[in-house]
Amino acid sequence: MAVQTDQKRPTYFEEVMRKGYERRDFLKFCATMAAYMGLETSGVAQITDALMNKPRLPVIWLHFQECTCCSESFIRSSHPMVADILLDQISLDYTETLMAASGFQAEAAMQDTMKKYKGEYILCVEGSIPTAADGVYCCIGGKSALQILEETAANAKAIIAWGSCATHGCVQAAKPNPTKATPVRKLISGKPIINVPGCPPIGEVMAGVIVHVVTFGTIPELDSLGRPKAFYSKRVHDSCQRRPYYDAGMFVETFDDEAAKKGYCLYKVGCKGPSTYNACGVMKWNNGVSNPIISGHGCIGCSEENYWDNGRLYERASVFPGFGIESNADTVGKVALGVTAAGIAAHAIMTNVRKKELISDLIGEGKETEKEI
Amino acid sequence: MSQRIVIDPITRIEGHLRIEADIQNGKVSDVYSAGTMVRLLEEILRGRDPRDAWAYVGRVCGVCTSTHSLASVRTVEDALGIVVPPNAEIVRNLMFATLYMHDHVVHFYHLHALDWVDVVNALKADPKKTSELAQSISNWPKSSTGYFSDLQKRIGKFVESGQLGIFTNGYWGHSAYKLPAEVNLIGLAHYLEALEWQKEIVKIQTIFGGKNPHPNYLVGGMACAIGLDDVSAINAERLAYIKQLLDDGKRFIEQVYIPDLLAVASFYKDWGAIGGGLGNYLVYGDLPTNGFRDASSFKFPAGAILNKDLSKVHEVNMREDIEIQEFINKSWYSYEGGENVGLHPWKGETKLNYTGPKPPYEHLNTEEKYSFLKTPRWKGHAMEVGPLARVLVGYAKGIPEFKEVVDSALKHLDVPATALFSTLGRTAARGLEAQLVANWAQEFYDQLIQNIKLGDTRMANTEKFQPDTWPAQAKGVGHAEAPRGALGHWIVIEDQKIANYQLVVPTTWNASPRDPQGQMSAYEAALMDTPIADPERPVEILRTVHSFDPCMACAVHLYDEEGKHLSRVKVL
Repeated sequence: MAVQTDQKRPTYFEEVMRKGYERRDFLKFCATMAAYMGLETSGVAQITDALMNKPRLPVIWLHFQECTCCSESFIRSSHPMVADILLDQISLDYTETLMAASGFQAEAAMQDTMKKYKGEYILCVEGSIPTAADGVYCCIGGKSALQILEETAANAKAIIAWGSCATHGCVQAAKPNPTKATPVRKLISGKPIINVPGCPPIGEVMAGVIVHVVTFGTIPELDSLGRPKAFYSKRVHDSCQRRPYYDAGMFVETFDDEAAKKGYCLYKVGCKGPSTYNACGVMKWNNGVSNPIISGHGCIGCSEENYWDNGRLYERASVFPGFGIESNADTVGKVALGVTAAGIAAHAIMTNVRKKELISDLIGEGKETEKEI
Repeated sequence: MSQRIVIDPITRIEGHLRIEADIQNGKVSDVYSAGTMVRLLEEILRGRDPRDAWAYVGRVCGVCTSTHSLASVRTVEDALGIVVPPNAEIVRNLMFATLYMHDHVVHFYHLHALDWVDVVNALKADPKKTSELAQSISNWPKSSTGYFSDLQKRIGKFVESGQLGIFTNGYWGHSAYKLPAEVNLIGLAHYLEALEWQKEIVKIQTIFGGKNPHPNYLVGGMACAIGLDDVSAINAERLAYIKQLLDDGKRFIEQVYIPDLLAVASFYKDWGAIGGGLGNYLVYGDLPTNGFRDASSFKFPAGAILNKDLSKVHEVNMREDIEIQEFINKSWYSYEGGENVGLHPWKGETKLNYTGPKPPYEHLNTEEKYSFLKTPRWKGHAMEVGPLARVLVGYAKGIPEFKEVVDSALKHLDVPATALFSTLGRTAARGLEAQLVANWAQEFYDQLIQNIKLGDTRMANTEKFQPDTWPAQAKGVGHAEAPRGALGHWIVIEDQKIANYQLVVPTTWNASPRDPQGQMSAYEAALMDTPIADPERPVEILRTVHSFDPCMACAVHLYDEEGKHLSRVKVL
């Protein structure tokens, strides 16, 4: 009872002072930031003003039709560690998984943030929203998920859709989708939505998205599906540790065979790496320990739309027409998996030819992005 | 006069849970537990490849991640008559042990501790006294005066900022918090340390299953091949990594979790007489040491206890029609055979029939259907499942390891054995079994090394992996002792596809609504007569509900006995 919550939140400036820096250090930092962003001298004052007066980032994190694997993955982040994010970087004012308050005190915490930081808070959504039967299939505090989403989204600065449930609907949206589980982007418009797919997304990817918003004050560059380019512009197949075996035609034929013990390619036992865009190959999981393919099981494609209905797990995806690091994510979504038979070799050659183009494109895009910032 | 309070959302759990309770003379006089979210995975599974089921049902829960996948591969293997190689059994045990260590520690510190530990009061602690106390209960190295003093300053600034984040609107300062400031500070320090630690122990699942949450499983064994001569397989480096993680995990449980559990419990002994509930306990058993088919080899023995009678452990048969049945008389489903019949899971039906209020609503009509959870019964009895059930069955069977940890805890706290049947007993049992599992994991690891030394590197039995080797019809049952209790899956396979898939999950046993006889399930029974000091801040309800570690999620609304809403009181 002794604690007042309506006190003014510390600004970045106050935080920096509290950590023992001097005002001079802070101004120097602002000047560097302005230079980095390519701003004129007048811009320095602008940034200084923004950082001195801008409060720490308030976050509301909703839970709908989900399994909490996204929250669990988030707390697995090793850099930054989640305790530091919670204590130093954001103010996580509502999350059913971790918050102390229950019941109407929990709801009050959410309402306070919505009022006090109107247009400033980030809304994170974990889970899909069931739209069948007036939304009765997911109710919290007597309100339907859809009612809560609409209410909280209205004055959010931006929305982060965590995981495959919030971006695509995931398992509950698999056929016949009995509860009409629907992703955020199909229900909310007119707001920036960052889609972070995966079941769950990698912990460091989730922390990375949050840290980007806190550090740079902008949302990260997104592809046409609304995913941060930093983490979703590469296929798992193109960053796979077992890739040389694919190129050499050396495959695991059945699980635990001699080829499996030697780490050959898992394509023939159903790996969906060739049609999956994610950072598992490069960043790996749980601070770089492994990833599904390294540990001997094919990728199940969990960051792709409708992956539950895109063929069985152990069914070989025969070829990848149009796939490759060279094709962009827009066209990939439209190409069905496992259509014809030819083309592994053609795919490999095309990949190499187009890789060059893509890499030069990315460099070009990077420069554009820098200018925008 | 009775007051009804509604707690929705119950936070610090997985999923969506709502509790409506009537309070009379400072005690809970009636209570209803409602699950308010449904996804209908059973219907989605129909017609799919049985070998894929583990991935679908794995997504039932990301907190007790891996446990449904484990139950699922066992179910399909049972149906198809597949015996997995010993190494695969051990790897599954090690992944299971990892989950236990992770899940129980995270539950104690991040989901349950704030019911007992007053975070704000920790600011009043004397760091020097805290250090002395910490060193008197454990050898854990992070225990200097400087350590606690730095932490206190950091939290002090955090609180001063006025932005309490996840600690906003907690019941801080409530009279039910009994810990001295120094114990609160230790609890808070370990809250943060456990947050850091938990991301390490899961790496065991990552090594074997490729990722966590949601590691990969395989019907017939595991996909992680053993290949001592390859960098991509389970080799000496990977095994050494696992050993180190197991040792670190065991050390944290022994030097942090258990001493904290006993220290906190010693201030809340009155909770050894609150929240007991049913007194009936059910365990399917788990952690095979001689193959899953040999139930006598389970580290967690199977059995049922009725009416707190520890002199008799009843046998349980999951295949028997009359033993396990699910009812829907108070659940938003309909059965072809009518409202009051019970169905064995092999004959289970999952047809939605929502009859509750249209949202937004203030309260549910608890006289009629009020939950998305079905109501399971064992031979007609309402049963509690979970850590307490497992520890009691092991204890009642006189297994020395169980006797040792239980008797030592009872002696340390100076409480009688009857204190086990309580909220405190449930919370303590969780820690005790975490300790057991951490020890057993060492045995599993040694056995794995031994097998490899002897030349056995088999990890999967793929003889019956291809569907053309399967019979036209098959049915199977599989189980796992999930951290929250007995988990059963039942499958019917026809023409190589799933014809029916039913799950009876631990929280369904514990959190379900009443059966046709009007019998309460475990949450409701345990909450009856709970003393409530302040109906606007019912921390006592949270203590008992959290002691079960609910796996589901929901605001406290107050209305008087006429159903009229009382004004909502802002606490802070």
